[in-house]
Amino acid sequence: MNALDVDRLSIQFHTDRGVLQAVDRVSFSVAAGRTLAIVGESGCGKSATALAILGLLADNAEVLGGIRLAGAPLTPEAQRSARGRELAMIFQEPMTSLNPAFTVGEQVAEALRLHEGLSPRDAMARAIAMLERVRIPDAARRAKQYAHQLSGGMRQRVMIAIALACKPKLLIADEPTTALDVTVQAQILALLDELKRETGTAVVLITHDLGVVQDHADDVVVMYAGRVAEKASAAKLFAMPQHPYTIGLLGAAPRLDSKRARLASIEGTVPDLRNPPPGCRFAPRCPFAIAACEITPPLVELAPGHFAACIRAPLDVVLAA
Amino acid sequence: MLELDAMVKHFPFRDSLGRARGAVRAVDGVSLAVPKGSVLAIVGESGCGKSTLGRLALRLIEPDSGSLRFDGEDILALKPAALRSKRREMQLIFQDPFASLDPRMTVEAAITEPLILHKLHRGRQRARVAELLERVGLRPELARRWPHEFSGGQRQRIAIARALASEPRLIIGDEPVSALDVSVQAQVVNLLGDLIRDLGLTFVLISHDLGVVRQIADRVAVMYLGQIVEEAPAEKLFRNPRHPYTRALLAAVPGQGGALKLLEGDIPSPIAPPAGCRFHTRCPYAEAICREVPPPLVQAQEAAGQIHLAACHFQDTLPPATPIREAAADARLARLQSFFIPNREPTA
Repeated sequence: MNALDVDRLSIQFHTDRGVLQAVDRVSFSVAAGRTLAIVGESGCGKSATALAILGLLADNAEVLGGIRLAGAPLTPEAQRSARGRELAMIFQEPMTSLNPAFTVGEQVAEALRLHEGLSPRDAMARAIAMLERVRIPDAARRAKQYAHQLSGGMRQRVMIAIALACKPKLLIADEPTTALDVTVQAQILALLDELKRETGTAVVLITHDLGVVQDHADDVVVMYAGRVAEKASAAKLFAMPQHPYTIGLLGAAPRLDSKRARLASIEGTVPDLRNPPPGCRFAPRCPFAIAACEITPPLVELAPGHFAACIRAPLDVVLAA
Repeated sequence: MLELDAMVKHFPFRDSLGRARGAVRAVDGVSLAVPKGSVLAIVGESGCGKSTLGRLALRLIEPDSGSLRFDGEDILALKPAALRSKRREMQLIFQDPFASLDPRMTVEAAITEPLILHKLHRGRQRARVAELLERVGLRPELARRWPHEFSGGQRQRIAIARALASEPRLIIGDEPVSALDVSVQAQVVNLLGDLIRDLGLTFVLISHDLGVVRQIADRVAVMYLGQIVEEAPAEKLFRNPRHPYTRALLAAVPGQGGALKLLEGDIPSPIAPPAGCRFHTRCPYAEAICREVPPPLVQAQEAAGQIHLAACHFQDTLPPATPIREAAADARLARLQSFFIPNREPTA
């Protein structure tokens, strides 16, 4: 049984300027102990997808489709009781997620008291053990400090300790290291990998960085303008990317090993989702687009477990022509 | 040519009673030279002093000590009026194109402003604005639009056009592409490369993104807690990093770093940097001398004919650096990606 199943999830936002289709029939599953990355640029719907799983979307959002946590449907009531228990989350900016009025130790202990019914004394002892486990040096002293006394990396470690205190089935990490320096980012991602291996928690990692995906994900969903462009294991996606958007994105990231004459650049900008183009939403920016791209492409399984939503895929045919 | 010598800038801070309580040692003795027409990148993590150094290089802030020369002229000796006219030749591009454009000015007004200020192209300023917009890959008809009508990438192009309006010889880009999505970032990186080459610009790129640095820079200076720890030609720095901090930075780049040897701990506070080598608290190779004696920035002996400086007591005896990962030769991917690479940036 999967830790998470998302089945044809659609999200619409009702705004003053019309209806915005942020997510359109997105499906994926995550097994226990696996990391699924959802990767894409601003406005692709990756964060809205995460918030829908958590039940934290704003009131103007309308959600369709099914979400199941360990097989059980995640209704709004189920989300409320699961959040902070079976369903944990960490966000980009730990400062806004931590309470400035309580010590970090109290906040980890609170999670344990609420969900495990521990006495205050036992909860604090466990909280200090959790802080040690996320490699906070001198944890007993740090537990008595407030969020503003900690560095960004330390704060994110505290968030991870809170998230994992109750042994969740699923951890949603939305750009968890985007606000951190690169050497600290590496530490936090390595810590998440290690804790996932130890606890068997399933992880949904939301990121814009294909490098992070390559190093830390088992499976990948590439999103563009609210839809799944490509879905595969990380190994397959990087070995044989199929969707033009994935291919362009890989070529747009500069490399350390050599200077390229020019970077691949995807012309234009992402479409306005209040008024998306008909058919394939990537077609207006796609060098491989043809007239038939005006019809919405289905997500097709090109190789076992490797899906792409492109009528031109596999593009190897285009190369051969 | 831009020359900074022994630049120092500390920001003192006071407590609520107005008593001096210490200082952030943002830039603490930095010397750099940027030859005409070349690109120097200053890299480092937050708080290393790279942005302060960029502002010092344009004399947007006054140093506590040190000297600043541009084409041999002592910039720190200039009177305010002379400095203002010198600014025509020295421009800055910021990270956030949403903050750097006035929302109440059309694109045309924003780009015309420096022309008026420096009395350039009188009588044909409108035509000059059109040229500048085309130069940065925007259609001239867009001149009458307002900043809010543009995407982040387009705004950054407008900010670049405005910086180019006064025909500068030196541009400092402070994280000029960091706020952009990868696909748009690639467009602007390609544009900056074209402009630097075609206009013979001298460019100082301040960035935390080593990939962007690799793509644009000729030379790279790595900063840590207010000081330069290594400076070398880009190729040498990425292939043969000599300082343990440079190695750690490269290793930490996701998807491309070497075998990960993680740095322990966080960057110390620039208010009270560690004694001796400032990196010793996180350095896997630190020994007793590193805690006491600051290492000088010295030329590497093996760097035949090239200037490769590093500040590490053990730079000649460290184990070889773990190489960065090479991209697998993938002819299929390269051919498919070539469809995304125009010769020139198209007009957006």
